[in-house]
Amino acid sequence: MRRVAMIGLLLSLVMPGAASAVQPDEMLKDPILESRARDLSRELRCMVCQNQSIDDSEAPLARDLRVLVRERLTKGDSDRQVLNFLVSRYGEFVLLRPRLEWNTLLLWGLPPAALIAGTIALFAMSRRRQNAASEAGTLSPDEKRRLSTLVEPAAPDH
Amino acid sequence: MIPELGHFALVLALALGLIQSVAPMIGARKHDAALMRIASSTALMQFVFVALSFLTLIICYVTSDFSVATVFENSHSMMPLVYKVTSVWGNHEGSMLLWVLILSLFGALVAGFGFNLPATLKARVLSVQSWIACAFYLFILITSNPFLRLPQAPFEGRDLNPILQDIGLAIHPPLLYLGYVGFSIAFSFAIAALIEGRIDAAWARWVRPWTLAAWIFLTVGIAMGSYWAYYELGWGGFWFWDPVENASLMPWLAGTALLHSAVVMEKRNALKIWTLLLAILAFSLSLIGTFLVRSGVLTSVHTFANDPARGVFILAILVLFIGGGLTLFAWRAPMLKQGGLFAPISREAALVLNNLFLTTACLTVFVGTLYPLALEAVTGDKISVGAPFFNLTFVPLFIPLLLAMPFGPLMAWKRGDILGAAQRLMAAFGMALVVIILTFAGDRSSVLAPFGIGLSAFIMMGAVVDIVERLGLFRETFSITRQRAAGLPRSAWGTALAHFGVAVTLLGIVCVTAWATERIVALKPSETVSISGYELTFDGTVQRSGPNFSESAAKFTVRNGGVPIGVMEPSKRSFISRATTTTEAALMTRGMSQLYLSLGDTNNDGSISIRLYHKPMVLLIWLGGVVMALGGALSLSDRRLRVGAPRPAAKSAMQPAE
Repeated sequence: MRRVAMIGLLLSLVMPGAASAVQPDEMLKDPILESRARDLSRELRCMVCQNQSIDDSEAPLARDLRVLVRERLTKGDSDRQVLNFLVSRYGEFVLLRPRLEWNTLLLWGLPPAALIAGTIALFAMSRRRQNAASEAGTLSPDEKRRLSTLVEPAAPDH
Repeated sequence: MIPELGHFALVLALALGLIQSVAPMIGARKHDAALMRIASSTALMQFVFVALSFLTLIICYVTSDFSVATVFENSHSMMPLVYKVTSVWGNHEGSMLLWVLILSLFGALVAGFGFNLPATLKARVLSVQSWIACAFYLFILITSNPFLRLPQAPFEGRDLNPILQDIGLAIHPPLLYLGYVGFSIAFSFAIAALIEGRIDAAWARWVRPWTLAAWIFLTVGIAMGSYWAYYELGWGGFWFWDPVENASLMPWLAGTALLHSAVVMEKRNALKIWTLLLAILAFSLSLIGTFLVRSGVLTSVHTFANDPARGVFILAILVLFIGGGLTLFAWRAPMLKQGGLFAPISREAALVLNNLFLTTACLTVFVGTLYPLALEAVTGDKISVGAPFFNLTFVPLFIPLLLAMPFGPLMAWKRGDILGAAQRLMAAFGMALVVIILTFAGDRSSVLAPFGIGLSAFIMMGAVVDIVERLGLFRETFSITRQRAAGLPRSAWGTALAHFGVAVTLLGIVCVTAWATERIVALKPSETVSISGYELTFDGTVQRSGPNFSESAAKFTVRNGGVPIGVMEPSKRSFISRATTTTEAALMTRGMSQLYLSLGDTNNDGSISIRLYHKPMVLLIWLGGVVMALGGALSLSDRRLRVGAPRPAAKSAMQPAE
């Protein structure tokens, strides 16, 4: 539902008759180049849509970006160069997979950090509890003394 | 008159809720049985009044009473009856009323079926449940009243958003809400236990059926939503990592972790504090999901509401319950007694591992969903986090989890034998290996796919081995096996079935990801396009009209090896009242695979652009979800959970170890 509703709304305001995602006339003749273009399109955000790649989007802007990507590729750009070009033009916002930079450090770092910290915590806890368990098995001298007084037959109360 | 009645019923529910929030709590503290008993009656009556309120809203929609603002905004007199009913919750106000309806339903169910609960625990649980209910009654009454009247009743309504005019709306939100809101019971139990300061294995046994029920609904709800998005959005994806989808996935992951840790707590009295925390987190994530969807913070289209007053109100509810819950946890949890010990290799440890990966996966989704919002709020930098990020982070976390899954049920409690388990899984390993080799031999185009399919085969066989081992099949005589099958708890069958379902979904995902094919072409009438052994001929376009739309449908004859097997008619619908167009994809199911055809533009030369997909084994993705839910239902029907008491010895002496 979501995206289409939004786009439908946008298009009904902007232009009559919706265009659909990747159109036959946009596609490149060279299948290898075209498949590179498709892969790149999935990494790029349609900036006027919600969380939609330009490969999926029906918005006119997405079409412009798709054509742009293909133009750069036919000019011989590498995938990285295409992405760099788009970032220099539209900012980091255009990338659906943010690059690792100081402001995305937490984004990329938190999940593995949590996994590592969780593993360490589990090991530590299991060690501590096993130690506690084995310590619970042996009595301190003080406890031994108390135990012996308890076990010693005491004088009957009555 | 009727909407006022509904409004009034909701106010009465709030009044009852306020009593239920206070009186039973005091009763439990003073051990006053009469005060505690109030909770059951008020919980039942709350449900009656909210149901009445909901019913009146349905009447307003069915009778197209456009003097009510929400009916005017979201309905149309020409709409089919089913959509008139479903449009009740196809908007912000109505969906919040559905939310509290389900909340009060769960409260009433605890009141009705919680006869085996200790009186003080039951009173406290219902009281906490009522705190949540009151917060949301107030939210509806103050910011989102669905019964608001217009000064002058318009002649016709504005119609429901055409995207929502689908049977999916009838099923998906209620199921999802049953899941979301169902976790409120686990939350209430956790808070009640923290207030009581006492928690034991029995607590886990009482909480488990409620958690399981919520989990079943959430599983089906997510699967259903995924299928809906698949056929409705028109480009055949099944999961988009949209924030709104993530909002439902997070409680599912936390809930799945909770289900597994509650088993440990019930059987071995261990992981108590962790289970409590998960119970609080699962519902907190549901609340966060509600906040994300309802507040407009994402400005996603799912977000029907864009009113900051609502956002702030929900945020306040969020802070109150999550903050309050976690504070109470931090204060009381250290006072709880630790439970049983277990070795690093044991069933418990396997379940802890499961929890580690599930919660990390949940955290990944959480960070990925909220990071762009947080970053923009703090630094003003705008970034996007989309599918490529989640595929890169979430998937690697799930693979070890899936690999370990067959081992868990084969390990013994307390001290397990990993080599023994591996030995018993030899058949599964062998099967997986054969499958990997066969897939490689059949198709060399994808390197990862054979391993994905092998993993799926391993999990499927692992689930079968689990049952075979428990029954002693091929080792014992037939009569012993049959006796064991009769004595085997349903929860054991449920576990195996649910794990099998995970493998089914995995198989579907791997097949579609690796072998889906796509054709994007422009066709003139009588031209043919072929895909994966099928030929589609474009016969022409027809104009039709529906109850509240007109559509232009393209007719395609589908042939397989020259033999006609059917017709596909994708269409474009124009909804006059909203001036919008929707694309209706055509689907043709062949076994578990589907042909998917979606229309693009009509070009100047008379040709039409189409997107045609062949999606091999795609139905398995959702079928797996259904199988998982069936496993859950089987487990839920276990006598132990229904009775809530230890299972008496069965007649047969052969009681297999669980």
